[in-house]
Parts: sequence; C-alpha cells; structure tokens
Amino acid sequence: MAGLSSDTGHELSLVGKLGGVSWGLVLLVFIAAFFGIAVLYSAADGNMQPWAATQMIRFGIAVVPMIGAALLGIRHWFRAAYWVYAVALALVIAVDLRGFVGMGARRWIDLGVIQLQPSSLLNIALVLALARYFHARSDQDITRIRYLIPPALIIVLPAALILKQPDLGTAILVVMSGAAMFFVAGVRLRFFALMALAAAATVPAGWHFLRDYQKNRIYTFLDPESDPLGAGYHILQSKIALGSGGFFGRGFLNGSQSHLSFLPEKQTDFIFTTLAEEFGFIGGLGLLALYALMVAYGFVIALRCRSHFGRLLGLGIATNFSLYVFINTAMVMGLIPVVGVPLPLISYGGTAMLAVMFGFGLLLNVAVHREARIDGA
Amino acid sequence: MRREVLRHRLLTRRAAILAGGQALLLAAIGGRMYQLQITESDRYTVLADENRISLRLLAPQRARILDRFGIALADNRQNYHLVIIPEQAGDLTATFDALGTLIELGETDRRRVLREIRRKHSFVPIMIRANLSWEEMARVEVAVPELPGVSIDQGVTRHYPFGETTAHVVGYVAAVSEQELDGDPLLELPDVRIGKSGVEKSQDADLRGTAGTSQVEVNALGRVVRELARVPGKPGRDVVTSLDLVMQEFVTRRCSAEQSVASVLLDAVTGDVLALVSSPSFDPVPFSAGLTSAMWQELSNDPRKPLSDKVIAGVYPPGSAFKPVVAAAALTAGVLTPETSFTCPGYLQFGNTTFHCWRHGGHGTLRLRDAIKKSCDVFFYETARRVGIDRLAAMAHRFGFGALLGIDIPGERPGLIPTRGWKLGTSGAAWTQGETLIAGIGQGSVLATPLQLATMVARLVTGRAVSPRLVRPEGLMLPGASPAPGDFPLLGLHPRITALVLDGMNAVVNEQGGTAYAARILEPGFAMGGKSGTSQVHRISDYERSRGTRKVRQIPWKQRDHALFVAFAPVGAPRYVCATVVEHGGATGGGGSAVAAPICRDVLLEAQRRDPARRVPGENGVAVLDTAGNRPGTPGG
Repeated sequence: MAGLSSDTGHELSLVGKLGGVSWGLVLLVFIAAFFGIAVLYSAADGNMQPWAATQMIRFGIAVVPMIGAALLGIRHWFRAAYWVYAVALALVIAVDLRGFVGMGARRWIDLGVIQLQPSSLLNIALVLALARYFHARSDQDITRIRYLIPPALIIVLPAALILKQPDLGTAILVVMSGAAMFFVAGVRLRFFALMALAAAATVPAGWHFLRDYQKNRIYTFLDPESDPLGAGYHILQSKIALGSGGFFGRGFLNGSQSHLSFLPEKQTDFIFTTLAEEFGFIGGLGLLALYALMVAYGFVIALRCRSHFGRLLGLGIATNFSLYVFINTAMVMGLIPVVGVPLPLISYGGTAMLAVMFGFGLLLNVAVHREARIDGA
Repeated sequence: MRREVLRHRLLTRRAAILAGGQALLLAAIGGRMYQLQITESDRYTVLADENRISLRLLAPQRARILDRFGIALADNRQNYHLVIIPEQAGDLTATFDALGTLIELGETDRRRVLREIRRKHSFVPIMIRANLSWEEMARVEVAVPELPGVSIDQGVTRHYPFGETTAHVVGYVAAVSEQELDGDPLLELPDVRIGKSGVEKSQDADLRGTAGTSQVEVNALGRVVRELARVPGKPGRDVVTSLDLVMQEFVTRRCSAEQSVASVLLDAVTGDVLALVSSPSFDPVPFSAGLTSAMWQELSNDPRKPLSDKVIAGVYPPGSAFKPVVAAAALTAGVLTPETSFTCPGYLQFGNTTFHCWRHGGHGTLRLRDAIKKSCDVFFYETARRVGIDRLAAMAHRFGFGALLGIDIPGERPGLIPTRGWKLGTSGAAWTQGETLIAGIGQGSVLATPLQLATMVARLVTGRAVSPRLVRPEGLMLPGASPAPGDFPLLGLHPRITALVLDGMNAVVNEQGGTAYAARILEPGFAMGGKSGTSQVHRISDYERSRGTRKVRQIPWKQRDHALFVAFAPVGAPRYVCATVVEHGGATGGGGSAVAAPICRDVLLEAQRRDPARRVPGENGVAVLDTAGNRPGTPGG
C-alpha cells in the first residue's frame, strides 16, 4: 500500500499541488491578518499610518514565502532542514556578535533593507531540524539517552544564545517547542522527568543569569499592584484595558486605554489588549477561536500525513503557533510575567509575520505532500 | 512496517494528549478573560475612567470689595501673557526673531524659554513674557497668525484702584501658604490668591467663591484630549464696606501733612467706620505679585510702620483723652457732683510722691466742667483716687477699653486697662494708690487704640454700646436713604451724666480757655466737641516688655509725645466721631490740641458737609453713584 503511493508526491503537478493546499486554513490566516490590521488601524487613532499600511504590505510580501514553502517538494525541505537550522542559528549568533540594541535588548540584525529578528525564524528552523532528526530515529533509538543528546543540543544551543540577548520569552518558546517535539516523537516520559529535575537544579543558577529588569518582571508578576506606577504599570493598565472592555467592548476606535496611550506597546506585544478593549469578551474569544481552528487544522493536516517527518513538522508548527498565542495572551492578562512575545498574525512586526507565514507555508506543504514518502536519515 | 504503525500510533496518542493540553490552556485563557471582562469588568471600567478622566478645578472670579456707595476698592484686572506651545511652533529661532521685532526679547529670555521647552511636555504652554503692556499686546495680537504656536494668554490679577488710600482696610492678597490650606481644593490651584490682611482676609470665604469643575479626558501624558462636562463655579460675593471713599481720601490727604498719623471717622449711630486711615500706608499691589526682600525690608524697617494699621493695632496711653471715662465713673459712683470743687496748685502730694499737673502754676479752684475744659490733671488725680481703680476699670471696659472691639478686619489689639488682678498677675506686686492716680489721667499702664478712643466717644454720645464695623452685611447705602441706627444695647449710663461729660467736651473746643479752642468749627450748626490728649511715646514692642516685666512707675517718660484728639459733631445732635493720634506730634509742644485737633476739625466738618441729610441741594458731594460701571450686580449678595 505504501509502495504504491510512495511516488505520488513526487509527481504532483503544480495544479495538483494547489489542489492539495488547505484553502480553509489560508482563509483563516487571511481573516486573522486583516483583523490584526484593523486593530493596528485603531491603535493609530483611526489611521493607516504608521502601522496598518506597513503591516498590510508586509503581509502581502509574506504570502510569497508561504506559497513557496507550501509548494516546494517536501523532500527538499527534509534535506534542507539542518541547513535551514544552521542558517537560523548563524543569524542568532550574528545578532549576539553585532546586532544592535532595540528596546533594551539585542535582538535585531540589520540586513540593510530590513531589520531581522532571527530568533523568531529559529523557532521554525528548530521544528524542521527536530522533525528531520526524529524521522530518522527508530522507536528503539529514542529510548536511549545518547540518541537524545544531539536533539537536546539542537534546542539548548539556540535557547542559551537567545536568553543571552536577552529574550526570555523566545528562549522559553524554543525550549517548549522543542519539548513538544520530543513528546510527540515518542520520547519516554522518564526522560522528561529527568529534564525537569535538571531544569529545577539550574533554576537558582539561572536566576543569577537573569537581567535586573527580568527579575523585576517576575517580582511584578508576583505582586503587580505593589508598584502601580512603576514596574507594575504595564500589566495593570493592560488588565484595566481588558476589564473595561466588558462583554461587547467599547467599540471599534473607542478604546480609551489604548487611544490615550495608557497601554504600553499597544501595537506589538500588547495588541491583544487593544483588541479586547474595543471588541470585548466576544472579540477576544472570537480571535482565540480563530487560533484554535488554525491549530486544529494543523493537527488534522499533521495526523493525515503519511510521513513521520510531515507529521512531526505539522504538529511542531501548530504547537509552536499555539504556544505563541498562549504565552502572549497569558502575559497580557497577568497570568505569567511579561516576557515579550508577539501575538502571531496580529502584532505589528515584520520578522514575526515572516516567520509565522513561513510556518504556515510548511504546514500547507505537509498538507500538499501528505502522501509523499520520505526515506533516508 | 509494523514498527511504522506502532510509531504512528504513539505519535497519534501523544498528539491527542498535546491537543488536550492545549485545549486546557485555551480554557484557562478563556476563563481568565471571563474573569477580567465579565466578572471584574465594572471595577476595571471605573479604573479606566479614573485613568482617562481628570477633574480640573475652575477658579471662580474673586469678588470685589466696595465702598458704602458701590465704588470698587478691590477688583480684578485682566492681564496678558505671551505664551508658546512648542508642539505647534515651527522654527523657534525664526519665531523668536519675528517676536523680537514686536517686543523686547533678550537673549536670556530666549535661553530660558528654550530650556523650559526641553524640560516640559510639548503641549504645555511656555511663558515667553508675563504682563504685556496694552501696546505690546496689540502689536503681537496682529502678528499672531504668522507666529506658529504663539498665543496670548489671559490672566487675572487683583487690582486696587485706590492703592495706598485703602490698603489698611481692604488689605491685599497673595499666594496661598501651607498653613492656610483649609481643605478647600480651590486653594491648591497654583494661580489662586488668598486674602492676607484687611477685608481681603476677614471676608475671604465670601470673596473667594466656590470652585467649579471641568471633567476632561486626558491621555497617559496628562494632555487634555477633550472636555466631558463642566460645572461652573460660584463666584464670590461682593463685600460692601462701611467706608465712604470720598471721606477716606479726604482723611488720607489731611493726614499726609504729618509724619505718622492714625485717624478714624465713625458714624456713631450706625457704628459704620466711614474712614480709617493709618498714615503712611503701603502699596498693596507688590504684595499680590510677590514682594522683593528689599521692599519688604524697607517697609518693615520704617519707624512709621506703614504696614501696621495704627488705628486698630497701635496702642497708645490715651492721656487726657481718657478723662471723660474717669468723670463718668466718678459721677456714676457718686463720689463727685457737678458742684464738687478741688483746688489745683500745680501738683498733688500723695504719700512720698508728687504728682504734677501739666500746668506748672496750677488751675486754682475748679469744678468738673472746667476741669475737663482745661484738662486739669490734679482734679482728675483726686477724682481717680476717690473712684478707685476697680470702678474706674469697670467704667473703662463699658466704654470699650481693654478688650477687642471685634472690628471685622484682622490685627486688632485690645489695649490695656490695668486692674489689681492684672498687676498681681504680671509683676507679682500689689496695686498701689499712686497707680490709680496715674490711670486717672490716662497714663501709666493704660493703653488704647485710636479705634477704642473713637468708640468711647461714640458710646458717650449715643449712650449705647456702639461697636464699630467695617463691613455692611445689608449691602450698599442707597442714595439719599438715611442709615438705620445700629442695634446696640444701652450702655446703662444716666443721661445726665453723659450730658455733663459732653458739656465739658463742648467747652474744650467752643469756649475761650478750652484746650482746643483754636480748633473750633466756625460754621453754624457744624460745631464739634472734643477732648485732647498728650501721651508719652510708647512703642508697641515696649508695651509688650513693660507689660511683662516692668513696674508701672518705672516706665520712663519721653520727651516727644503723641498728640491725641477725640471729637464729635455736631454738638447739638452728635453723629460723627473722629479720633486722631499724631505720633510724636507733641514734639512741637502743643500736644493734642495743636496737631491732632485741627485734623479732627477738618474731618468732621467735611463729614457733615457730605451728610445727605444736611447737604444743601445742588451742592457737589456724593456724585459717585452715576458711574454705572462701579455698581455691583447684586449688592451684598
């Protein structure tokens, strides 16, 4: 059965590939992106400038790599996986070496034309690399620690570099995405227990590794109202914006917290508050439902795929996407400390948009090549 | 392939668990949203409104202070400031250059403005020049359209049209001090001024008004986005004083001939203070704007005490002007009759001490009427000895001495009427009879303010416990209306007794040989009665010291005396009372009769001429009400 259909992916025509694209998912992506542009329009007091127009152009540009990623043969991605990872890692290292400091942290690299934030690209590259690695490992292999050390390094190396930028949020995302890959790949639970113990042991050491502002964020998280005009200001204002939105919200363009500049970073990390202030519980829940649908699409696509690589890739991309959403929304609601993670497809930002669309491109690729067979290690 | 199937199965199971975990997280996020946006929404809505809505106070216009006919003694004047709003300004250098052609704008001004622009939010107006003159204002106003960000701001300053003339009564306003914060939020506004002296202080609550509020929407930087609601404040209530500005100006002019004078004119029937002059005075305007320390030094070091209202805060030994009280006490006590006569050889030997009469040769034998007329000291030594200090002090208190009269401006001092208890309390020594004798001629420890002296006469002529007042709660005097008599309790003196004393005071002025005969009023029907007094120099700080530590008899006599005169007019039906103290006026040797009496004469004559009840039709006097601009909309509220 497998042999008969093994080459179908190889011989798919362009039309056939386009037919295999999950257009429903594409539609959801477009809906979310335009919702985001609307919120950016409101955040600028009803102006296309400075954010909404730029974001629209970026989205339009990012559609190209999405389509490209979707239509390239899955085997090419399989072969390129480590290279993609290597390039992303090199970019992260380059940031550490010569990137410039933006918003108090060194996260960006200036490519002349655009400023790139490689750590968000690395998330996708990491999923690719791990999918390839686990694809080639048998279920026997992954019960042995020595086979788990290379993939663990694939995770820890960039995580440490990103933490050093410092970008705690993305570092956590990298670790969590990687752990999810380990989990779906079938790594034994006792390995996770071991890792958890090791992590617990490094927490006190890691605390010293944190910058003062990161420590403050954690203190602030533990007791946000202790310093309402200082470090707790952002999260308190964010909660006020959410709370005052109520069930139906204050109406499009009517959010006082965002329009009167009480909200910090209303166009980037805290955009969910702007949205929930103006569109209320209904609007916020609507966006979450949209995200849930996309993730569910991702899971369905992954599980329908015949190749292990495709399944791991799909699950990894979908889980990474949902982790972004959870960490961002939990952060603006005061459930976790402020760590600086954008809301995918909504937050203003070029690299994040590019990375997310690239991820969706890979997800669509898995859908297109669900019957493809991948050999090799 | 079995392996592949197993691996797929494991992956599917793990994926299901992962999906379940994500569903749980989604539920947690949704639950948190429900908590914030539904359960606690009200609380956060309030917080959001508190964030964006800021309550701004609107300062009401401070009310005016008027004279009895409605002339404004204190009002508000618009002034104009030149301001620039940086965010609306284009090229600052060009703007400054353009402004420099219109008004004087120095390099230091430019630097200061640039410095402030850097320090403040770009929407905060920065003051370029305060208090533009009218011409400057006009020049800039025309050019404003070509000067981006530049505008003219209107402010209000307190204005005293009659300045020094009314400064002691009206007082002045200045910035609110920490101690004056009384919970009224209005006082916390930066531009609000509070009354610091005079009527401005005593009637501050009425004048101040109530703050209005403006609800504005502000952004996180405090910038006003728009106004949501406005509750206008209540302006203060105009205060009508008892002053007659024409008389006030007249008395001021009259007093300016001397170095340092306190003079007060009362309407004895109503208690209205028609004029209250403490000369020299001060200009109240710099006090509102902020006094330089040099100006303050100059004012407070001036020995003539321009800042002190000597009418209410200057305390002087009343000297012979106190004798009517001694006479009234003796007549009431029955120790003296109009027929009782004493002989004055020029001195009185009492114990080991000799008490001198002001007249070396003595007055010979004389009765009460002549004793008042000639102001014989020996007669009053003997009278005081017979009355005793207790009855003398009681009568003095009835006339308003030794206690605050309760005049409605701050700063009044009580003076002093010595008693046995006071002596024992301050020096520990017993009262001696010699001190009673000294008190009998208004010297020693006896201290009185000019206002108390005027009140004494007012009580004498009305037989009622007249209390002087500076504020008319009933509002303006209507033109031609005769003022309603004050509702004062009877003094309880026998009318015959007051008549006897007043007769003596009539003789002082209007009979040959009276001490103030030279100052009599010749116009028929306008004649005044009065009593002169000469008192030692007694500075206020000395008074404090003597009161605390010195024995009464040890107070040194000084050569330059104060000249005092108290008077009433017309003698037939007394209505106006004037008391005048010329500080060091006795230096010329004439005492109260020579220096102070002529002032009282001129003041009382002018007051009677102005009296609407006596004025001949067509005569110019009170043409003040035709200036409609000075009439208040709601007299007295």
